[in-house]
Order: sequence, then C-alpha cells, then structure tokens
Amino acid sequence: MIKQLSQRLLGPVTLLLLALTFWLGLWVTPPDKVQGNLARLLYLHPAVAWVALYVSFGTATIASALYLWKRSRSLVMDRVAHCAMEVSTVFILLTLITGSIWGRPTWGVWWAWDARLTSTAILGVFTVAYLALRRANDDAELRARRSAVFAIIAAINVPIVHFSVDWWKTLHQGATVFTQDGNLLVHGIMLWTLFISLVAFTLLFFWLLRARYRLDVLRGERDQASLEEALVQRRREGVH
Amino acid sequence: MIRVAWLVAAKDLRIERRSRVLLWQVLPFGVMALLLSGLALGAAHAGHSNAAPGLYYLVMVLVALLMINRSQVIEGSPGTRASVATLGLDPAGVFLGKALALAVELWLTGVVLLAGAVLVLHTALGGTLSALPSVVVTLGALAAAGTLYGALSGGGQGPATLLPVLSLPAFAPLLIAGERSFSAALYGGALLQWWVISLVALVAYLAIGILLYGVLEES
Repeated sequence: MIKQLSQRLLGPVTLLLLALTFWLGLWVTPPDKVQGNLARLLYLHPAVAWVALYVSFGTATIASALYLWKRSRSLVMDRVAHCAMEVSTVFILLTLITGSIWGRPTWGVWWAWDARLTSTAILGVFTVAYLALRRANDDAELRARRSAVFAIIAAINVPIVHFSVDWWKTLHQGATVFTQDGNLLVHGIMLWTLFISLVAFTLLFFWLLRARYRLDVLRGERDQASLEEALVQRRREGVH
Repeated sequence: MIRVAWLVAAKDLRIERRSRVLLWQVLPFGVMALLLSGLALGAAHAGHSNAAPGLYYLVMVLVALLMINRSQVIEGSPGTRASVATLGLDPAGVFLGKALALAVELWLTGVVLLAGAVLVLHTALGGTLSALPSVVVTLGALAAAGTLYGALSGGGQGPATLLPVLSLPAFAPLLIAGERSFSAALYGGALLQWWVISLVALVAYLAIGILLYGVLEES
C-alpha cells in the first residue's frame, strides 16, 4: 500500500519540487552581489552534477558490486546498474552543458582545460563506453559480468572529479556551500533554493530510473514473447 | 600465483619473439606515428617543442592499443581458454603474467621511441634519461590497465573498435601523469608528485586485476 502510494506520488512530487526550484531560482531569490543574475544557474548546475556524479553513478556502482558478489548476484542488479548508468550519461551531459553556459560569460570561453571539466568529460566517456560494452555482448550473463567490472573500475574516476578542484589549482571554484571548517557560505532563501533543487533532482533521478527499469523489463518480455512466437512458427513449418 | 605469472609471461614473450610482430609491425608503426606527430607540429616547431612529452605518450598509447589487442588475440585462438580453464590456472597469475609480458613489450618500444624523441623532437638527452623511471612506471600502469580492458573488450574475440572506447578514458589520467613527469624531467617541476600518481595507478590496476580478472574469465 505504502509502496504503491510512494510510486504514484514520486512523479507529481518531483514535478512540484522542480517547479518550486525554478520559481524560487528565477523570481524569488535575489541576484548575486558579484555575479548578478548569472548566479541563478547555480540552483541548477550543482544539483545536476550531484545526481550525475554521486547519485546515479553511485547507484550503478553499488548495483554492479552487488551483482559481482555471489550472494546477491541477480540480473535485477545488472538491470538497475544499466538503467542508472544511462541516466548518469544524460546528467553528465547536462552538467557539462550547464557548466559551459555558466563558463562562457564568466571565463570568456565555452570550454576551458580545467581539471574539473576535463575529468567530468572523461567520466562521461566512461559512461558511453559502458553502454557500448553492453551493446557488444549478446549473452546476458557475460554482458552483466563485464559491465559490472567496468562500472567498478570507472567509479575510481568519481573521487578524482570530486577532489580535482583541491588537487589542481584551476578555474573551477572549490567548495561553495560550506567552508573547509564546515561553516555555511550560503544563507537564507538562497540556501533553501539550493537544498530544494538537490532534493528535486535526486527525486527526478529515481523517477527516471524507475521508468527506465520498467521499460527494460517490458522490452525483455517483448523479446522473449517474439522468440517464443518464432519458435512456435518454426515448429509449425516443421510439421507441415 | 607468481609461478603461473612467470609461465604466462614467458609464453607470451616466446610467441612474440617467434612471430616478430613487435619488431616488424608495432615498432615501425610507433616510429612513423612519432614522425607524423613532428610533421603535424610543423618543421619549424618540431625541434625542442614543449609538446614533445605529450606527443611521446600519445604515440605510446596508440602503440599500447595495438599491443593489447595482439596480447588478447593470442588467448582468443581456438582451445586456449578451454585449456587454461581445464588446467585450473590461477586467474590472478594469468593476469599478472599477461600484464608483465605486455609491460616488457611496452618498455622495449618505449625505450626505442624515447631515442626517437631525442633524435626527432630534440628532447635533451639528460632530461630524457632522468624521465626514464617515470616512463617505466607509467608504461607498467598502461600494461596493467590494458590487460584488464583487453579482457573486458572480449579477449580478442570482441569487436576491435570496442577496446579504444573502453580503455582511452582510463588511459587519459596516465597520459597526463606521464606527460607531466616527462615535462618536469625536461624543464623542471614536480617530477616526484606525478611519478607517485603513476605508481598509485599501477598498484591500483594490479590490485583490481588480481581481484577481478577471474570474474572476467569465468565461463
């Protein structure tokens, strides 16, 4: 009952929070003292990056590790990892696009050879490579095994992306919300908008993941049904 | 595990010695790629260029892709995998052996191409020699990562186009670390820091390979 209700509410709540984020971000919050209206993009970019790097990539990695662990090995885990990685690819692309839109007026260029940007782009190529690897293997078990190993290796890149702004002194700013001592740098309505956007995009990820998973299940059932139909047809041809 | 590693490495290197693919195909390709890199820079800029370390590693990555493919094709010949499975060889040992053989081949090619860089791209001999330890570690890491990605891409039986897509994103940090340490050896800078990054990558890929190569080889 609760599960059904939460599944039904997930979509509307996500849409509501997304609408709230856009309303707060575009109309209610004041412009930034230094960056002006450009700072409004920061209610979008960090949330998208949060989902791309940690939520979706993390889900794919955990599901892959669970697949490789013999006690929890099941194709359900493989399917979750695949769907999460697909969503991650979209969010990484969105991260790069929103970052570029912010970068053009701030840095003067759409793309800079910045450590954060470059490592994020490399992570994006990893996700595309993961999808290519899946398409190259027809056998479900083999595909699941190879993809799981690849996802775990690719996950090494996530801490590199995260700490890149500390390890290399480049253009991308460091921690924005908290100082290194843990004190808040953003306050009031700006902080709330940032927080709501994080929740909204996290829920959006789970909504998309669920939809993609259902699609994958339906596609699997359709393939199985057409295979069985083809077999029946072949048998009939044999009888005649 | 170590005994299996020695056996597999010796087997791969023996095959390489007999076939002479490294000598007659891979090395000429590497030298040609280095010359083309110089041409791409332009005759006026090729000598003493700051881009020399980057070009060297770019060529090494291309060479590595050829050699990884070659290393996996050996295992893809009919009956080889079945024989390995029947013998019950430790997969971690197989991984280490294949990585070691590939590293030896990369080191040999790397030394020849370093000489090529001194000759064609005019990198200083002293600086190039002091970059040698970092080159050894970076190429070792490339070999360990390459062996893992070679198995992931289908062990010589998968599509040839898959290996570059899978391995290049992983090679990128190694290329950066190698290029930075080579540049530091030539022009000064934090040589040790980048050398350590390559070393950490080498250890990480060896650990992952030892742990997970068996999963990839499961039938």
